[in-house]
Parts: sequence; C-alpha cells; structure tokens
Amino acid sequence: MRQSFDDISAQLRARHRRSTRLKWTSMGALGLAVLFLVLFFADMTVKGLPAFQQAQIQVEIDYSEQASQLPLAAVNEDVRRLVSRGYLRLIPGRMRDNPELLGTRHMEWVLADGQVDQYLKGHHTRLSANEQATVEALKQEGRAELRFNTTFFTNGDSKMPELAGIASAAMGTVFTLLVTIAVAFPIGVMTAVYLEEFAPDNRFTQLIEININNLAAIPSILFGLLGLAVFISFFGVPRSSPVVGGLTLALMTLPVIIIATRTALRSVPDSIRHAAFGVGCSRWQVVRDHVLPLAMPGIMTGSIIGLAQAMGETAPLIIVGMVAFIPDVTNSFTEAATVLPAQIFTWAGEPDRAFIEKTSGGILVLLAVLVTLNATAVVLRKKFERRW
Amino acid sequence: MQTNQLLAMFCGALLVLGLVAYLLGRSKATRVRASGTAMYAQPDQYAWFTVLSTAGPALAIGAIASFIMLLLGADIPPMLLLASCLAIACVGLVIGINMVRPDFHARQAIERVIRFILAGAAMISIFTTLGILLSIVFEAVRFFNMQNFWDFITGTVWNPGASFLEAAGRAEEGATAAQFGSVPLFAGTFMITFIAMLVAIPVGLLSAIYMSEFAPQRVRTVFKPVLEVLAGIPTVVYGFFAAITVAPIIVAVAGFFGLEASFNNALAPGIVMGIMIIPFISSLSDDVINSVPDSMRQGSLALGLTRGEMIRDIVIPAALPGIISASLLAVSRALGETMIVVMAAGMRPNLSFNPLEDMTTVTVRIVAALTGDQEFGSAETLSAFALGLVLFAVTLTLNLVSVIMIRRFREKYRVNNL
Repeated sequence: MRQSFDDISAQLRARHRRSTRLKWTSMGALGLAVLFLVLFFADMTVKGLPAFQQAQIQVEIDYSEQASQLPLAAVNEDVRRLVSRGYLRLIPGRMRDNPELLGTRHMEWVLADGQVDQYLKGHHTRLSANEQATVEALKQEGRAELRFNTTFFTNGDSKMPELAGIASAAMGTVFTLLVTIAVAFPIGVMTAVYLEEFAPDNRFTQLIEININNLAAIPSILFGLLGLAVFISFFGVPRSSPVVGGLTLALMTLPVIIIATRTALRSVPDSIRHAAFGVGCSRWQVVRDHVLPLAMPGIMTGSIIGLAQAMGETAPLIIVGMVAFIPDVTNSFTEAATVLPAQIFTWAGEPDRAFIEKTSGGILVLLAVLVTLNATAVVLRKKFERRW
Repeated sequence: MQTNQLLAMFCGALLVLGLVAYLLGRSKATRVRASGTAMYAQPDQYAWFTVLSTAGPALAIGAIASFIMLLLGADIPPMLLLASCLAIACVGLVIGINMVRPDFHARQAIERVIRFILAGAAMISIFTTLGILLSIVFEAVRFFNMQNFWDFITGTVWNPGASFLEAAGRAEEGATAAQFGSVPLFAGTFMITFIAMLVAIPVGLLSAIYMSEFAPQRVRTVFKPVLEVLAGIPTVVYGFFAAITVAPIIVAVAGFFGLEASFNNALAPGIVMGIMIIPFISSLSDDVINSVPDSMRQGSLALGLTRGEMIRDIVIPAALPGIISASLLAVSRALGETMIVVMAAGMRPNLSFNPLEDMTTVTVRIVAALTGDQEFGSAETLSAFALGLVLFAVTLTLNLVSVIMIRRFREKYRVNNL
C-alpha cells in the first residue's frame, strides 16, 4: 500500500507526540517523588514544631513546712491540677538545698501540666470545663503562656509528656556512635587498603569482595540477631549498652566504609604510586605516606555517610535491647542507654496525644543532625574534589 | 578482679613495654649507625620492629587464651594469664632488641606483619557473615527441635501465644497448642513488598529515565541529591509517617468509596516503603542507563527513531539486566525492612489478599518475639531465628541473582564503574 505524504507526516506527528508524552510522564514521576519529599517534610514540621514550645504558668509557691512533706501543698488548690506533678515533686528537694526558702511565698513561672499545654495549643484535652476556665483566666492575666521548651533538650525520657526530653537519647547516640566509628573506621580502611593495594587477585580476595557486597545488602534486623546471639549471649556484653549497640552498628557500617574507601583509593592515579616506588618506598610506605593522605577526603566522606546511616538505624538496636526507658542521662559505655531513633520509636508507641508532638520534635532534631552530616559530606567532597 | 580492670592493666603494661621497646630499639640502631656501619633500614624501622615483636605475640596469646576460655569454658586464672602474657612480651622485647643488627631487613619484616594485619582486617567481613549465618542457624536448629520444620514452612496458623503457658509448665491451660505456621507472615510480607514495588519501580524508573535521557545537566545535578535525601531519612521516621499520617488518609479515602479499612492496613506501610525505595531504584537505574553506550543512541536516532522510541526500544532493553538487578535488590530491601512495618503494619497474622486489612510481616514477628517477656530458650523467642534464617536465605538469593545480572550487563557493554 502506498502512503501519501500526509499520512506519513501524521504518523510522524503521532510518534513525536508519544515521545513527548514519555518525556512528560517521566518528568511527572520525578515531580511525584519530590512532592512526596515536600509533603513529608511539611507534615513533620507542622507536627513537630509545637514540641519546641511548652506551656508555663505563673503560680504562687508556698514554701511551707507542709510543702516539704507533701509537695502538692505548695500550690493553691484551684491551680494544683494545672501544674506539672513532676515539677512539684522537685520542690521538697529544693527546700532541703535552700533552707532559707522555708516560710516564704513567691510568684514563680512553673512548668504547666501536659494537658494545659495541649489546651493552650488548641488541641483536645482532658481538662474539665472548670479547669479550662481557670487556664483561660490565667491566660487573660498573662500568667499562662507558651515559652521555648528547654526541658525538651535537657531532660531524659519521662512518662509525663511535659517532662520528656531527648537529652539521654542524644547522649546514648553519641556513645554508641563513638563505639561504631572506633571499630568500623580502622577495620574498614584496613580492609579496603588490603584489597586495593596489597591483595593479589585470587579466590580468597574474590570471596572477601563478594562477601562485602553481600553484607551491604543483608537486612539490618539480621545484624540485630547477630548482636543478640554473639555479643550478648556468647560474649556476655551488657544488654542495652552503647557497646553492644555500637558493635552491631559497626558491622553494619563496615561495608559502606569499605566500598567508599576503595573508590577513593582507586581514584588516586597510579603515577603517584610509581613515583613513590621509584624513589625506593616500600608498599606500606607508598600507602601510608602518599596514597592514603590523597584518598583521605574521599574516605572521610564515605565514613560520614556511613555514620549518618548508622545514626538513623533502629531495627537491630531494638533486638539488642536499646529501646529501654532511660530517664537519666547516660555517661558510660556499659550502662543501659537509648538512642534518638529508639527514643522516637518509644514515644511513637505512647497513646497520649502530647507524645505525637514529642515524637515529631525528636524527628526534627534527628533529621536536622542527619542533614547536617550529609551536607558536611557533600561540602567535603566539593572542597577536596580533585581531577587528576 | 573485674574483666575491664584486667584489660586496662594489660593494655597499660603493654603500652609501657611498647614505649620502652621503641626507645631501646631506636637507641641501639642509632648507636650502630653512629659507629659507621651501613644498615639495611632506618633507626625508626628497627624501633617499630621491636615494638611489633614485643606487643604482637603477647596480644596473640591473650586473644587466643580468652577465646579458649569463652569457647571451651576452660578456667585459666586471670592473673596467671596476665603475668604470662607480659612475660612473653618481655621475651619478645629482648629478642626484638637482639634482632637490631645491620644485616637485618627490618623494613621487609614490618611490611610482612602489616600485610598480615591488613589481611586479618579483611577477614572480619567473612567472620561477620559467618557469624550471622551460624548464630541464626544454631538457634533455628534449637527451634526446629521443638517444632516440626514442615509445619513451620507450610502451616497457615501463627499462634505462638500458647507457648507462653507451655513454657510455664501450664500447657493444659492453653485451649490450643502453640502453632508456628509461617505462611501468613510470608504472605503479609510479600503483599507489602508487592505494594512497595508497585510504587517504587514505576516512579523510580521513570525518574531515572527523565534524569538520564531528557533532563538538562543542571536539573540533574539538582534533583539527584534531592532524591537521595529520601534515602537518607531514617526508617523509624518513615514508620511514624506511615502510621500517623498515611494510614488515616487511606482509611478516610477508603471510607469515601464505601470501603472498610483497618488503621493497620497493609497499604500505608507498602506505599511509604515504596517512597523510601524510589531513590534506590532511580539512582541505580540512572547509573545503568548512563552506561548504555552512546553509539547505540546515535545509531537509533540516525535511523529515524524518535527519542521516545529510542528509549523504549533500544536503551531500556539494553539496560534491562541492570534495571532488573536494581529491582531485585529493592525487593530484598523491602522484605527485610523492619521499622516501617513494625510501626504501621498490624500484629495479627492474616492470610488475605485485601490490602486494606491489617497484616503482619516476618520482621514484625521477629521484633515481637524478641521484645516480649519470654525467657530466651522458649519456642516463641527461638522462632525469631527460624524466621530470620528464611529471611536470610531469601535475601541472599535475591542479592546473588542481582549480582549475576549486573555482571552480565557489565560484560556485555564493558562498563567498569558499576
């Protein structure tokens, strides 16, 4: 059959239309992915920002004899329910430390109960109509307001939402990551140096290579099972401690560091090695004095990314018991501790509405740290990037 | 005495001995050189060799002894062990000093030791894999001593609760015996994985096509890292997002269409997991598509194909092994993903094809079994390891197949950077 030119150009138009359609569809897919990201960050920010504010009310504290025994007596009965019980519990201790307070009365800004906090933020609360009226009256007098929530950054976990904070989890994260990096970094770099600079290409090194790639793709929860069975049951490392968590995460981070280090080592041109060998350096001297320093920026970038991954990991830590309720700030490698993601997980399981806010607040802090870490990695790469 | 005190003493003593060894070795080497004798190595290298000969054997003996104590339960008095290790260190020190002679190749000796240490570090990855395999297999075997393996693989009822009474010696109080049929768990896992792939593969692949074939370089440098932010978000955060934000939306939308949806529906974790995996697929596919030789593009355009036809008929088929490999890795990730499903999927084993119902997954039950208040030897706790073993086997297979696929692609187009 013969085709007219009109037919052919119509066909061509249709073909080009299809091509354009593919272009727009694929662009739409990318847009969709970015839209997810935007929605996600918007949602977390809206939910989490209120956590950085906390209701405080101004009440008269009566440092009477009675209050040193029964802390509830320190505040007037009509506002008693509105003050954080956890805060009131601290009063007898404070009176013991400062005996001159006895018998005096002060107007003070104190931490309000979680329910008052929720009321002031316009959420549903369990306050009675009467109590709501009192809060409203206090608010009119300027004696109840939302202030910056320092407790959130200085306190450990608590069952009372107004007292719950991320300090202990943050400390636990620092300890755990110290263990992780202390174990994973040297071993990872050494492995990579061996594979790139020393090892002959034989069955043994191929086995190691396949192994490393495989380790990178093993589900993280299986590392938790390893930690539980080997570190805790077999070696008797204390459960829930930063040591066991850090070791487990170190094994998980190892492949990331190895792969990044190998790429960095490979990008150092051979001419550097030839020159060093030429002046009589031994293999180790070439690596130590020439190749490693040149590869260092790349190694650092990879390690930071690995560290950021480890920092966000939760599943293996749940298995080795790092979801404990930790009200005090940890200061040892062997005590029970919790980490930020685990704290987020614990809070997410609390039924109280106020904890949703705490969870999102914790998430914002965690994301901020992770974004900073990743941005540092990017900046490092940009700054030290070298085209040979 | 406490183990860590002992360890501190050991390390402290070894550090002091090492320092002494360095100084002595160096001073001897310097003295010999000052006397005018030509030496094979620098004084520093002799000094380091002395340090190695002091610390190396002592560390090795200490490590071996502690392993014997842990593995075989042999009871060596710790003070004796400490003393003998330090004695060996002293002997090593003397030998090392003696070796500082002009005709001794200290540099080569150090080189050999360092190569040995580096190879040892490289072995750790193998030990880790072995450790994972052995620890899981070991506990799983204990589980299969209690429960029938065939029932575990083919059973359709997962009801470990009754084992709690059994463990307490009150088996007759439980109305039914504990049942460990893993089919509903795997069905739930595959369902959620399937939903995730339904989201991740089209979006990820199309994004990759746009970025590598259509987008100008500028767009690409902006959006690739932006997408990778999605990969950097911790899974616990995704889990919270799925449970708090996405699940209620799905319930509301389902309600709008007159459907009943559970708040722990399989759709929410599936969709969110899909979002999590998008950058994984897009980034890998982007690499693969970019590695398809340009000559193929030029050839097909020269023959009069439109850009769309070139992508559909030439580039994608060529890149297919790599794309399949990326998708398999993504499936393996989704199967093993824990936090999203722990937080957003249900706890109830449910054999159903309706994604609006609640379902549970393998990883959820692993976490549930190990965070309960059971003793470690109970069937429920050990069931976690049996589930872990199957998970390990499945993901390992997927990973290996994916490696083979990518290798095939690499050989076909002689690409080096994949």
